[in-house]
Amino acid sequence: MLKTVTFSVFRYDPEKDKKPYYKDYKVELRRPGMMVLDGLNQIRWEQDGTLAYRRSCREGVCGSDGLNINGVNMLACITHIKDLKDPIVVQPLPSMPVIKDLVVDFTDFYRKYYLVKPYLITKTPPPSDRERLQSPEDRKKLDGLYECILCACCSTSCPSFWADPDYLGPAALLKAWRFIADTRDEGADERLQIINDRDGAWRCHTILNCVEACPKQLNPTEAIAELKKTIIHRKF
Amino acid sequence: MADISVTIHKHDVVIVGAGGAGLRAALEASKGVNTAVISEVFPTRSHTVAAQGGVAASLSNVEPDDWVWHMFDTIKGSDYLGDQDAIEFMCRMAPEVVIELEHMGMPFSRLQNGKIFQRRFGGHTKDFGKEAVQRTCAAADRTGHAMLHTLYEQCVKNQVVFYNEFYALELLKNEDHVVGVLAWDIANGGFHIFHAKATMFATGGYVRVYKTNSNAHINTGDGLALTLRAGFPVEDLEFVQFHPTGIYGVGNLITEGVRGEGGYLLNKDGERFMKRYAPTVWDLASRDVVSRAMAEEMRQGRGCGPEGDHMLLKLDHIGAGIIHERLPGIWELAYVFAHVDCTKEPIPVTPTAHYSMGGIPTNLSAEVVLGGMDKPEEPVKGFYAAGEAACASVHGANRLGSNSLLDIMVFGKVGGQHMAQFAQSLPEHVPLPENPGKRGIEEVTSLLNGTAGETMGAVWDELKESMEANCGVFRTEETLAKQRAVLQKLCDRYKKVGIADKGLAFNLDLIETLELGHMLDYSKAIVEGALARQESRGAHYRDDYPKRDDEKWHKHSLAYMEEDGSIRLDYKPVRMKPLTVPTFEPKERVY
Ligand SMILES: Cc1cc2nc3c(=O)[nH]c(=O)nc-3n(C[C@H](O)[C@H](O)[C@H](O)COP(=O)(O)OP(=O)(O)OC[C@H]3O[C@@H](n4cnc5c(N)ncnc54)[C@H](O)[C@@H]3O)c2cc1C
Ligand code: SF4
Ligand code: SF4
Ligand code: FES
Repeated sequence: MLKTVTFSVFRYDPEKDKKPYYKDYKVELRRPGMMVLDGLNQIRWEQDGTLAYRRSCREGVCGSDGLNINGVNMLACITHIKDLKDPIVVQPLPSMPVIKDLVVDFTDFYRKYYLVKPYLITKTPPPSDRERLQSPEDRKKLDGLYECILCACCSTSCPSFWADPDYLGPAALLKAWRFIADTRDEGADERLQIINDRDGAWRCHTILNCVEACPKQLNPTEAIAELKKTIIHRKF
Repeated sequence: MADISVTIHKHDVVIVGAGGAGLRAALEASKGVNTAVISEVFPTRSHTVAAQGGVAASLSNVEPDDWVWHMFDTIKGSDYLGDQDAIEFMCRMAPEVVIELEHMGMPFSRLQNGKIFQRRFGGHTKDFGKEAVQRTCAAADRTGHAMLHTLYEQCVKNQVVFYNEFYALELLKNEDHVVGVLAWDIANGGFHIFHAKATMFATGGYVRVYKTNSNAHINTGDGLALTLRAGFPVEDLEFVQFHPTGIYGVGNLITEGVRGEGGYLLNKDGERFMKRYAPTVWDLASRDVVSRAMAEEMRQGRGCGPEGDHMLLKLDHIGAGIIHERLPGIWELAYVFAHVDCTKEPIPVTPTAHYSMGGIPTNLSAEVVLGGMDKPEEPVKGFYAAGEAACASVHGANRLGSNSLLDIMVFGKVGGQHMAQFAQSLPEHVPLPENPGKRGIEEVTSLLNGTAGETMGAVWDELKESMEANCGVFRTEETLAKQRAVLQKLCDRYKKVGIADKGLAFNLDLIETLELGHMLDYSKAIVEGALARQESRGAHYRDDYPKRDDEKWHKHSLAYMEEDGSIRLDYKPVRMKPLTVPTFEPKERVY
């Protein structure tokens, strides 16, 4: 007999259910290294086709399957089942409206990402037939920033993000810093204006939940601290 | 069940797919005309995000390089099945599209002099095969992530319209003119007709039909099935690339960039066996050659582990510093999926299904084309394709690493430009046909209203396993004929498949079941193409016909789907005449 673990999964179908409930499933451990996403797939494909969740890359690079697993936000596709306490409680990311089961509505998260102008802003035209130059040292400043996969594990673990519906949150602020830190970018002023707003960087109280939650080991708190420093220097 | 609403949208250009090809096309088309992108996932969750090693362009940032060398390598890599005009076009345009990406803000790694970093990759050489060259432009080993996010950021800046989490169900045509697509709103349910002057499929690759693969869950080749169902052909589907270095047991990719940076493969005796198979470039031979060498070593009992079923990829000797700087994603993947710290130990690897050389036939303008042995190619009005879903054909029988990210930039861009021009040239939309989307609407409603017989999961499992066993790295008449029969049975079973979820909101059961239907349709084209092609060329290797046969088989396969679901094959010549340089005549391939 194969060893099994119990998945206790948050279920909610807006067309049928008055309120959410939890349903238990047994997942067989059929090979070493099974991830939580493999468990969810096993449930869907073999036991209960009605379960809904998002997934794409299955290797932690697309940011589709941020979930709250045993109380902590993480990506289902790179979280080993064997590292978790049985039963494994699988919930949607906190504080976002649920569309169905584990699928949440990202509209507000994306809106905040768009607000910080998440694209390179330049005024000086680039050389016509070759790349702009950037030293390896300057390029290094983007490491730990550009790798963000927009999974929302950070923002949905942030108490300030829960409390203030207008707070931009760690993911959007990290993105803002990714561009401001880029030596090729000339949009710092526009972005810092937005971020200096009361719902921008100043809502962060350095609680560090976001850093713990980030599956890519990025550090939004540090980015926010850099933003605050820059704003003070520029005396907005 | 109550009637499900149908909403009609009108745009000049509609692009299905928000990977690199779709977004690059959208950036271009939206400059001139009203453009919308439909994607089954939020754009940055498309598979391009997973690309690791880099994008090829003869920038000569590290050492002298030339687009003609790049062109030669690509033709040789394609085992002479690639169309030489398209290949010249792509290789010449490579520096331009890479520099554009830098200008858009893509965070490339840099050389000491501040230029874009370039690394070695399999099959890329200088001076027509003399030695490996540093041609592949990279952002560490997260090139696809850097590229896709940059393109999406530019789309945000330019206010491109997106319909995210919309799933295309049917290609719409009126007579011989493509007029848009029917799609399903995944989050809320409901049908949407996108009426367009020009429609592009940039729906990505199809190797999810193999059990061991390096692809995202969503890479189910939908665009191919919808093309077949609309009566158009697909080209060269039998050419499926098996990448040499998938993580043992799970198939996730370890980029060729690892070997580009100096890593190499070992058999159980600790021997660098590639020197016997590719005496000049060893581990940097093209992918079909390396994958076959590995499979051959295993067949001869020199595989590693108790089952002798994998090889070892050693890279610790290149040093922890370089690994963490240039291959940080690989370190993570190896650690998470193989429990290996690759700065200290080798990574266990096996070939993994990776890339679809075949696709929807297109020309230099990314227009979908019809043609035959004696019929010159002719564009289908209003229909375009780009990226892994298309077959330009720049990869022929085997793609070189880092040429796909290039392909999607070049043909995405050009396709976007041509669609805008075409849309501008049409004073009005060609009207929708009567009952537009009837077939797709019926397909969905009958699943939602039907009762469950077979389950999707069981049929899918058998499909993946049998394709791997019978239509994998090595194929024979016997295995392929067997697979033809298996597919017939699976198609019959599919007719009885029902879904458990009857709801409208985020019905993943519905989507995965539709995807399975798509996979079954084009799997038949893969198998029929492979069965007919009695030769070995590039990634298509027939044990019973181990030689390339230019006399009989130097031609592209075309597969059409008949009314009854069966496949009819046709062929068309390889376009051998480049645009400005002399033809590269077929030669034996040695690396
Ligand atoms: C792990 C890995 C690493 C790779 N590394 C490299 C590399 O280093 N260099 C290189 O050149 N190539 C690499 N490749 C190959 C390359 O990444 C892909 O070929 C390329 O990104 C494909 O891009 P695309 O735009 O054609 O498709 P994709 O990025 O796959 O996008 C397809 C799009 O179509 C949409 N779609 C599909 N079906 C539907 C539908 N029915 N309805 C609505 N939308 C739909 C999806 O939502 C998605 O937006 C790699 C591939 C893998 C698997
Ligand atoms: S450090 Fe700031 S952003 Fe991060 S969780 Fe705390 S308050 Fe939120
Ligand atoms: S910062 Fe980390 S946790 Fe937050 S969205 Fe980006 S990748 Fe996810
Ligand atoms: S499926 Fe892409 S991050 Fe998990």
